[in-house]
Amino acid sequence: MTAATTVTAPLLALNAGDWLNLFLYYLSLSLLAVGGAIATAPDMHRFLVERQAWLTDPQFSASIAIAQAAPGPNVLFIALLGWNVGINAGGPGVAGWLLGALGMAVCMLGVMLPSSLLTWLATRWGHRNRERRAVRAFKQGMAPVVIGLLLATAWVLARAHGVWATDWPVWLLTAVTVVLVWRTKLHLLWMLGTGAALGALGWI
Amino acid sequence: MAPATSPHPNAPTRPQPRNPTDLFWSFTLLALQGFGGVLAVVQRELVEKKGWMTNEEFVEDWAVAQIMPGPNVVNLSIMIGDRYFGLRGAVAALAGMLTFPLILVLTLAMVYAQFSSEPAVAGALRGMGAVAAGLIAGVGIKLFASIKNHPLGRPLCVVLAGLTIVAMAGLRLPLFWILPVLGGAACVLTWRKLAP
Repeated sequence: MTAATTVTAPLLALNAGDWLNLFLYYLSLSLLAVGGAIATAPDMHRFLVERQAWLTDPQFSASIAIAQAAPGPNVLFIALLGWNVGINAGGPGVAGWLLGALGMAVCMLGVMLPSSLLTWLATRWGHRNRERRAVRAFKQGMAPVVIGLLLATAWVLARAHGVWATDWPVWLLTAVTVVLVWRTKLHLLWMLGTGAALGALGWI
Repeated sequence: MAPATSPHPNAPTRPQPRNPTDLFWSFTLLALQGFGGVLAVVQRELVEKKGWMTNEEFVEDWAVAQIMPGPNVVNLSIMIGDRYFGLRGAVAALAGMLTFPLILVLTLAMVYAQFSSEPAVAGALRGMGAVAAGLIAGVGIKLFASIKNHPLGRPLCVVLAGLTIVAMAGLRLPLFWILPVLGGAACVLTWRKLAP
C-alpha cells in the first residue's frame, strides 16, 4: 500500500534547460525569502506542482512534513523537493539517486547563494560599524518586534493542535514545555523525547 | 555582565570557539538537536551553555538574521561564524548547520514510505510538534527578560511585541509589511533614545 506512493510518481524527462530553469527559479526566490524559507513554500507549490508538474502533491507535502519533523533547519525541505524532482526524473535505482543528488544541489545552491552572500556582506559591514547610532538603533529597536514574532510563531504552531475541549492533552504538553524551558535547564532533547513517547503511546 | 549597549562578542573575557573545526562541530551538534526549528537550541547552546554571546546579543543577531532574506538560522550561522574566523568561519558554521542534518533528512525520506502509515509514528510526530511549539514560546518568554535594559523601557517593548503578535498571528498580515512598519517604528523610537 505504502509502496504505491513511490510507484505512482511520474517518470519525467528533464533536459538541461529544465535543470537550469529550476536553478533560476530558486535563485529568484532566494532574495524574496524574508522571514524564513517556509514562507515561500506556497510559491514553490505553484511552480513545482501546478505549473511544471515536476512533483506530485503528496511528494510536496511529505517533503515539508519530514523536514519539519527531522532535526536541523527547516530549509532542508527544499533539498527534499529537489531530491524528489531528481527521483521523478531518474526513476528507481542509481540513475534516480544521481539525479536526486543533482536536484538537491541545484535547489539548495539556488536558494542559498544570493541570500547568504547578501547576509555575509551586509552583516560584515554592520559589525564593523556596530558603534554607529543607526546600527545600534536598528539592532536594539528590532528586539521587541523579533520577540513578538517568536511568540506569534509558537502560537501559529500551537493552533494546529486542534480545539481545547477535545485536544487538551496536546495543549497541556505545550504549556508544560513552555514552563520547563522558561524555568529549568532541562535538556531540550528530554522534552522532545517525552513528547514523542507520549504521542507514540497514543496518550495525546 | 556586558552592558546591552555595547555588544562586543570578541570581548577577551568571553568564551569563544577555538577554530573553524570547533565551529563546525558546535553547529552540527546544535542542528542535530533542533527538531521543528533550530532557534530554541541556538539560544540554549550558544548563550546558556557555551557563553559565546549574551541574550541581548542573541536577540540583536536574530533580528538581523530575520530581516535579511534567506533561511534565518542559515543567516545566523553565517553571521556568527564570520565574526570569529571570517569567511572560513562562516563556511564552517554553515556547513555544520547543513551537512549532517541533510544526510539525516534524506535517510528519513527514504524510509518514510515504510512507516508513514503506522499510528505510533504519526502520534510521535504529533507529540514532538506540541513540544516544539512550547520550546519556541519558552525561548520567547525567556528572551523577553533580556529586554530590561532596553532603551525604550519595558512597557513600550511589551506594546511593540504585543502589536507584532496581533499583526502576525491574529490579523495574519504578511511579514513583508510587519517588519518595515512595526520594526521601522521601533528602530526610529530607539534611535531617538540613544545618545548621538
